[in-house]
Amino acid sequence: MLDWAGLLFVAVGLAFDIFGCIGLIRLPDVYLRLQAATKCITLGTCSILFGTFLVVGLTPGGIKALLCIFVIALTSPVAAHVIARSAHRAGIKLWEGTVADQYAEDQGRKA
Amino acid sequence: MKRWRWLIGAIALVGILAVIVWRPPPFLFYPKLPFVAFFGRALYVLVLASFLCLYRVARGPTSADRIVAVDLLGVMIIGLCAVLTITTQRSWYLDIGLAWALQSFITVLALSKFLEGKNFDA
Repeated sequence: MLDWAGLLFVAVGLAFDIFGCIGLIRLPDVYLRLQAATKCITLGTCSILFGTFLVVGLTPGGIKALLCIFVIALTSPVAAHVIARSAHRAGIKLWEGTVADQYAEDQGRKA
Repeated sequence: MKRWRWLIGAIALVGILAVIVWRPPPFLFYPKLPFVAFFGRALYVLVLASFLCLYRVARGPTSADRIVAVDLLGVMIIGLCAVLTITTQRSWYLDIGLAWALQSFITVLALSKFLEGKNFDA
């Protein structure tokens, strides 16, 4: 039973990973790529690690998998935020179909 | 022209995924493990996703694209380590994953601070 649950979690995680990578290839802009790929791949990798915990069980491998989930959930959103902020401050152009740029409006510049 | 490139890319991706799914994996670590064929294929899917990330590293138009792709590659290698832990029953692969996660985070922070002050490519 736990093996089936772990297989389901690993399969869902693989689907999230591959769709996140397709978004990383396909989308036209740094910010859109970040938006598409970071959340997908973080959730997919956390799902794979939880499936690993379900398959392996309460062994050292399972405990390390839970620790990896904690570390990824803590560091990956911070890294995405830092990349977006530094790319905006370095003056990388937005896609020409962009509707709103609220970070520039907050800084008093023209969007 | 752009539509044709998208079509060719989609056909290539679906073809590679079909080859991964339909061919049996050529190496089996522990044949008595449940679902070992599925986890052997999961390794190939993760390697394919890593190569897509490396494509974005190779020809990202700006340097922020490359930083994003390196970050995502670092997160995805941890999933690869987890699947290797299942298929080989060795728990030290997740030690590699943990160290890789922390070091990738530090790398991304350093590269982003380096990018923030200057505009070193268009």
